[in-house]
Amino acid sequence: MTTTGAQNRSAGKDLAVYGCLLALAGIQFFIAYQDISASQMLERLLTVAVVEAGLALLFFMHLSENRGLRWFVLIFTVAVILGLQYGWTDSFRLSNGVPWAK
Amino acid sequence: MSHAELTMPGHSAQEMAEPTFSVPAKKMAMWLFIIADSATFAGCLVAYGFIRNATPDWPRPFHSITNVALMTLILLTSSLTMMFAVRHAQLGDKAKAFRWTLITAVCGIMFAALHLREWFGMIGEGATLFHNPWGTPLFSSLFFSITGLHLLHVTGGVVALIAVGLRYRGGRYKADDLEITGLYWHFVDLVWMFVVPLVYLLNLAH
Repeated sequence: MTTTGAQNRSAGKDLAVYGCLLALAGIQFFIAYQDISASQMLERLLTVAVVEAGLALLFFMHLSENRGLRWFVLIFTVAVILGLQYGWTDSFRLSNGVPWAK
Repeated sequence: MSHAELTMPGHSAQEMAEPTFSVPAKKMAMWLFIIADSATFAGCLVAYGFIRNATPDWPRPFHSITNVALMTLILLTSSLTMMFAVRHAQLGDKAKAFRWTLITAVCGIMFAALHLREWFGMIGEGATLFHNPWGTPLFSSLFFSITGLHLLHVTGGVVALIAVGLRYRGGRYKADDLEITGLYWHFVDLVWMFVVPLVYLLNLAH
């Protein structure tokens, strides 16, 4: 394949990912105007955000090209988020006032 | 016998030179910074979520999404222009790579300007780090802290883009250095993807 051909294909892929990211951002703004509960909205907005972040990580940050690094980033990030969600005891007190506050 | 073999018996020079995950050391350092920084932002956003959930009369002061939509469009576009800069750098086209890097930096400046305009609008309505005219002061504290931390990253990114771009054009830096700066810029964009729904869209006045 010629350099120009490879370059055009890469630019095409970048534009496709950019288009997907714009569409997903548009979906987020659409969800924000839906008449649904805050928890439902949070769930939907975060789902779209995770898909957006995944696209950016895989294609803009080239994680799709490095399997080892991809798993390293994924495992570390999930561990941090789960740790913050379930291991941060004060968060339960803030939400519910129990059981550590008593 | 190589220097590495002399100083580290049992380890050949080739073993010593093998980078982690086949990623060059500079790039790996940037990835480690990104992972650490993502933990910082995750901490801020999770804390924000818990506090918002625990506060019954959480204000919803945002009436329009025009500004934040424009900011999102600019930041997403800047990621694309950064990709173009890196692609041209990898092909050895210094002039085009530098031009796209500058366009990315200009996008960053536009984003920062829009962000500051929004901040001054809110400050004009009486919102400060410790005072919120719409209810709990925690809203303003968290809003300015989280968006301020992100804005600080954008500002740092713009400075880095200009500095690395100039040095790349001057021949002191290579395409890899531009790619590493691009990684940071994409990360700033990635964080914004979570800041927008949590800080802006969930607080939209209906």
